[in-house]
Amino acid sequence: MELVQMQKSLQDYTKSLFLDGVLDSQFLQLQQLQDESNPDFVSQVVTLFFQDSDRILNDLSLSLDQQVVDFKKVDPHVHQLKGSSSSIGAQRVKNACVVFRSFCEQQNVEGCHRCLQQVKKEYYLVKNRLETLFKLEQQIVASGGMIPAMELGF
Amino acid sequence: MGMVRESQFHVLAVDDSHLDRKMIERLLQKSSCQVTTVDSGSKALEFLGLRESNDQNALETHQEVEINLIITDYCMPGMTGYDLLKKVKESVAFRSIPVVIMSSENVPARISRCLEEGAEEFFLKPVKLADVTKLKPHMMKTKLKKEGEKPSEEENATLKPEESLVVEMILPLNQELELEQKEPMLSSNKRKAMEEVISADRSRPKYNDITTSV
Repeated sequence: MELVQMQKSLQDYTKSLFLDGVLDSQFLQLQQLQDESNPDFVSQVVTLFFQDSDRILNDLSLSLDQQVVDFKKVDPHVHQLKGSSSSIGAQRVKNACVVFRSFCEQQNVEGCHRCLQQVKKEYYLVKNRLETLFKLEQQIVASGGMIPAMELGF
Repeated sequence: MGMVRESQFHVLAVDDSHLDRKMIERLLQKSSCQVTTVDSGSKALEFLGLRESNDQNALETHQEVEINLIITDYCMPGMTGYDLLKKVKESVAFRSIPVVIMSSENVPARISRCLEEGAEEFFLKPVKLADVTKLKPHMMKTKLKKEGEKPSEEENATLKPEESLVVEMILPLNQELELEQKEPMLSSNKRKAMEEVISADRSRPKYNDITTSV
């Protein structure tokens, strides 16, 4: 595939993530923080997000599987996940966490189980999409090209 | 003899989340600040050189590192950002350091409590570049105060604390030559020049009265 074609694919793909609400403008803030002195900033932060989230989702599964659910343990985990997803612009994960927290407040175990499934679903979706995005970027760079800057006009 | 002085603002960032520490560090670097990050309030106090004991005699040490601003998360295990704010404002040595609180939660009572305790700003997370640019005026105040306390050469200039732009200055010729020999004229050098201008300006009483009070 030609370089120009790859760059167009990347832009279209990125645009679709915003249009689908998978990412919000905070992701653009992340991209603005990347430059020649910190060329891998976005992928570094996203990697941290993946690591944090994998750990938190695991802890949440364990906590919710207990005979007696300790909501004092569950809520801080969800709060943390909400924070980190918000920091990288993973909008749908963040929104799912907001719903999750309200069920925690109500101490609704069934509701929390459903929320956990929803959060996982949104998380794996954004993880998949971002990994695809990074692959597209790598292909462009490997072909000697530059990553086009995001246009905000959509 | 020319003195090599640190011309960048140095910010101490406190957050228990690794991801958020990375974010705030990058935001501050992008705003040309030097950054130190720590993951707790107690480590922040340790870094400042302020011991936690209640014994007033043991409490205050000289400020080991010059910090121009502390930015801290509110929700942290152990010492919260609010607790850290209080400790800093209660300390004679450190109360002049501006403190900014960050939180992912928009709780009006929390915000007013922090501002009442002396926080300069309260940022909602995720913090943006536009938020970080608001920090410069607060950090400028501390530089001015410090420079006003030091002896200095004579210069002619007028300067407003809010300006962080390049300023024309007149130095005695030998000092000008020395500065140029030591370093190329980078933007950081120009800021250094600005500081030397500020230090001469001791006749303006309002700078001497600056405190980070409520």
